[in-house]
Amino acid sequence: MSALLAAEVNVAQNVGFYIIAALMVYGALRVVSTRNVVHAALWLVVVLGGVAAQYILAAAEFVAVSQVMVYIGAVMVLFLFGIMLTRATIGAETDLNNRGWGVGIPVAGLLLAVMVWAVIDEFGSSVIEEPAAPMATTAISDVFLREGLVPFLALSFVLLAAAIGAIVLARKD
Amino acid sequence: MMLAASLSSGWFLENAFLIPLIPAIGFAVIIGFGRRLPKGGSEVGIASMALSLVIAIGTTVQWIQRVGSADGSSGEHALGGVFGFARSVFPAASEGGKGGEAYVEPVIRSWTWWQSGGLEFGLGQHIDGLAVMLLLLVAFISLLVQIFSTEYVAGDRRYTHFFAALTLFSAGMLVMVLAENMIQLILGWEIMGLCSFMLIGHWWEEAANSRAALKAFFTVRVGDMGLLVGTAVIFFGANQWAVENGSNGFSIQAISGWAMSGEASSSVLFWGAVALFIACIGKSGQFPLHTWLPDAMAGPTPVSSLLHSSTMVVAGVFLVARLYPVFYTGFDIGGTNVNLIAVIGAITIVIAAALAFVQNDIKKVLAYSTVSQLGYMMLGLGVGAWLPAVFHIFTHAFFKCCLFLAAGSISHSGSHHSFDMKKDMGGLWRKMPITAGTWMVSTAALCGVPFFSGFFSKDEIIDNAHNNGYNFFYYVGLIGAAMTAAYMTRATYLTFFGTARGAAAGEHHDEHGDAHADDHADDHGHDAHADDHGHDDHHGAHAGPHESPWRITAPLVILAVLAIGSGYLNAPAVGTHYFTDWVEPRGVAVELESYAGDEGHSEALGLAALPRAEEGYSEGCGYTDPAPGTVCYAPKLNHAKFSWGKAAPSILLVALGIGISTWLSLGVFGGRRNPLAGLTSRFAPARWIHTLLVRKYFLDDLYERVIVRAVAHPISRAAYWVNQNILDGVVNGVGRSGRTAGDWVYRNVDQRVVDGAVKASGVVASESGHALQPIQSGRVNQYGALLFGAATVGAILLILLNI
Amino acid sequence: MYAANFLLLGAVLFSIGVFGVIARRNAVMVLMSIELILNAVNINLIAFALMNDSAEGHVFALYVIAVAAAEVGVGLAMVLMIYRNRRSIALDELSEMRG
Repeated sequence: MSALLAAEVNVAQNVGFYIIAALMVYGALRVVSTRNVVHAALWLVVVLGGVAAQYILAAAEFVAVSQVMVYIGAVMVLFLFGIMLTRATIGAETDLNNRGWGVGIPVAGLLLAVMVWAVIDEFGSSVIEEPAAPMATTAISDVFLREGLVPFLALSFVLLAAAIGAIVLARKD
Repeated sequence: MMLAASLSSGWFLENAFLIPLIPAIGFAVIIGFGRRLPKGGSEVGIASMALSLVIAIGTTVQWIQRVGSADGSSGEHALGGVFGFARSVFPAASEGGKGGEAYVEPVIRSWTWWQSGGLEFGLGQHIDGLAVMLLLLVAFISLLVQIFSTEYVAGDRRYTHFFAALTLFSAGMLVMVLAENMIQLILGWEIMGLCSFMLIGHWWEEAANSRAALKAFFTVRVGDMGLLVGTAVIFFGANQWAVENGSNGFSIQAISGWAMSGEASSSVLFWGAVALFIACIGKSGQFPLHTWLPDAMAGPTPVSSLLHSSTMVVAGVFLVARLYPVFYTGFDIGGTNVNLIAVIGAITIVIAAALAFVQNDIKKVLAYSTVSQLGYMMLGLGVGAWLPAVFHIFTHAFFKCCLFLAAGSISHSGSHHSFDMKKDMGGLWRKMPITAGTWMVSTAALCGVPFFSGFFSKDEIIDNAHNNGYNFFYYVGLIGAAMTAAYMTRATYLTFFGTARGAAAGEHHDEHGDAHADDHADDHGHDAHADDHGHDDHHGAHAGPHESPWRITAPLVILAVLAIGSGYLNAPAVGTHYFTDWVEPRGVAVELESYAGDEGHSEALGLAALPRAEEGYSEGCGYTDPAPGTVCYAPKLNHAKFSWGKAAPSILLVALGIGISTWLSLGVFGGRRNPLAGLTSRFAPARWIHTLLVRKYFLDDLYERVIVRAVAHPISRAAYWVNQNILDGVVNGVGRSGRTAGDWVYRNVDQRVVDGAVKASGVVASESGHALQPIQSGRVNQYGALLFGAATVGAILLILLNI
Repeated sequence: MYAANFLLLGAVLFSIGVFGVIARRNAVMVLMSIELILNAVNINLIAFALMNDSAEGHVFALYVIAVAAAEVGVGLAMVLMIYRNRRSIALDELSEMRG
């Protein structure tokens, strides 16, 4: 706790971060452990909303707004439709996990250990300076339309191809 | 600056970019609404091409005025001080009029298309003599072919799509012709490749047609790699120089200036030129990538006529002509007497002409003839005869287009959709006098009979090869001319003279398609007899051959007139040289500031007599580097002086070719006694040569059997083997050993260690056995687990190694 | 604010997503877990952008969001097709790809 009280650390911001982070981790755990598909989707909304909140804490307002619009607005609706179209039962189910699901625990645990180790080793004590203002949308658009123009165009084609592909796959013939 | 005022311009020159824009819009309209229009979209295509043609004519007229104003021949333009000074210094130039040679600034306009990372990609126009000539040519021929097509493909099930593709093709070609930079050129180039694919495979229901389309597409793609590589190489070479001078390394003008500046690295130039030339080999059907062009005759005849004889296939020739400074300095054309372009061109001339002798399909004869004539153009560019080569593009377009349309007319009305000269033609000249007449005129032009257009262009190429010291290629050109005359005589005889056979005699045999395919079994069977798709309905009534309707004969007659007349634009034999004046870029150094892109700052520094006389330069552009502060955009080229004495050998050889071929045709096909009749069945070497030619030098076998089968198949087989034996072995082995380990642990530990611990470890072992067993199951989750597990292990290893 | 905060949160979310991908049997659930992974990556990108005070990280995060949207669209269409053909989207029944 002494670290939290250090002068260069904004206490309110940190407290907010931890509360949201705890909610997100809990939500994420529920997503992968609940027995109800619809509940999993709703817990995912919590996690994605938390991510958007973290973006605002990290001065990335434009990305946060995009996150809310794309994920919570569009992707989640897609998921709910997908659940509706593929599962008649709405409610608890038994066999949502694989037989070999236990393998996931050591793999994920090991991965987490490695990443935590690497992060603490590299960034353990570094403190981010308080940003004066959120990242200006004009700066983002400058990058988008200048250095990042070619990837941007390529991405447009990916989206177009995905839209066409989804239509082709999903339509009834 | 004073001279700038004297360079005239005009609305058409400034807005020449409209020429490709109109067909592009026309294409969109046809695709969008064509089916609902009363004529199925063809009227939109024809209207857009007609409008383009009008603008192209306006552009041509204004360009000619501009050249006139640069030369001062109109006499109305005040000459600036610099110009006057130069005249007094170089008295040879002071004769004025046509004697003076001033640099004619191209009309360059450019708009930024997009920019990325400090690079600007523009779209624009680069209007000079070459571009103007091809704009006019493409718009004109496209219009005629579209008119022809309204009759030829009438009733086709994809009528609208056909016109859409034709119109898009014209737009692509025109975009490429007036391209201001390499990116735009590639854009047009690829549009043409796409349209070529769509149109060859227009009747794709027949497997042979779609195969021909794929073959054309892939073969050309092989060459297109060269275009991308070459553009990149040239860009990295030229960009620094270009940026210093206010442009960038994609601009064609800047590339030309850089290549002539003497600051360019010779290895960059050489390899860039080689890469670009590979693209030209693919697109223009040069040896050894010529095999796609004859197969492309599977497309409808108007397509063959427009794309695969008169316009699209000259794209490769155009690229060489457009970036001529790069090739000129890269291959040192002025300084040696052998180079890659000339060698490839020469090989192509001879092998394609030889192949044309053994074809029975009239369109294939013309296809090989096209390949051979493209070889002439390449040869011309390779030996430094830039203008004759470009002039040959011009004349060849008219007479070859006419020949193809005549072949289409024959199959449409004379031979019941057959293209087989031996089976279904003969004696047609009585029945189809207009078609026969136009065919004869165009054949004479193609053979290079004096006073027809082909004579003036082809002979100039041959003559200049000699004049520039390329003696070997001079003889190749002469031999090629004789061969051309001979095979065209054979085709003419088989088609129009002798006894009528098959459909030409009025027989209405429906099984001709099968017999035809058998005859060409080793030709992959994709002959153009597929043309009878879809439009059989309006033909049920007619019996026997007859003349075609006016929508077919009118383009034929127009083209036949031009097959004679176009030659007189640059006929040294009668003393005209308009084409030289209007089209050839002047190899004159100009002040460097003048080229920043906007036109109208030209100042001629050096003036020299127009090199119409036979003279050898040793200085000037292309020989010495331009003086500091000046830049050259084109090499100064020699022009051979025409004389009947020098033309005599080729005239003689052409006459000989025609004579021998007539005599042979009479003997072999006409039934007259002749010692050479049946030679191939009696004399073994002749038979071998015949087989070699019929099998097209076994090049297709080489590509398909050797390269595809020997390279691609073993690779895929090896990959399959690795997949089956090694990967599966590993996966199975891991699974099996995991299971064995589990079993082993279960058995041994369970039995030997005391109860509590025994059971726990037994369960763990069994679990691990079970967990490892599904590795070979093909289940996504397991693969995910393996993937992330392996990534984790890899990360740990990396961290450990770093620490 | 500590730099490690965001990165650790990203690591935790990532691991949970990995667990979901491995453990879940339902194809829609697996897609959701993949979304968790992508969001974890995005948090890291934004954190690095914050550290370096640059806009590139934001742009990359937006790329990821767009690609994720495309992926979900195609993925759900595939799930839908599988469901139509087999009346089930249990991944362990889809073993045609076994080697």
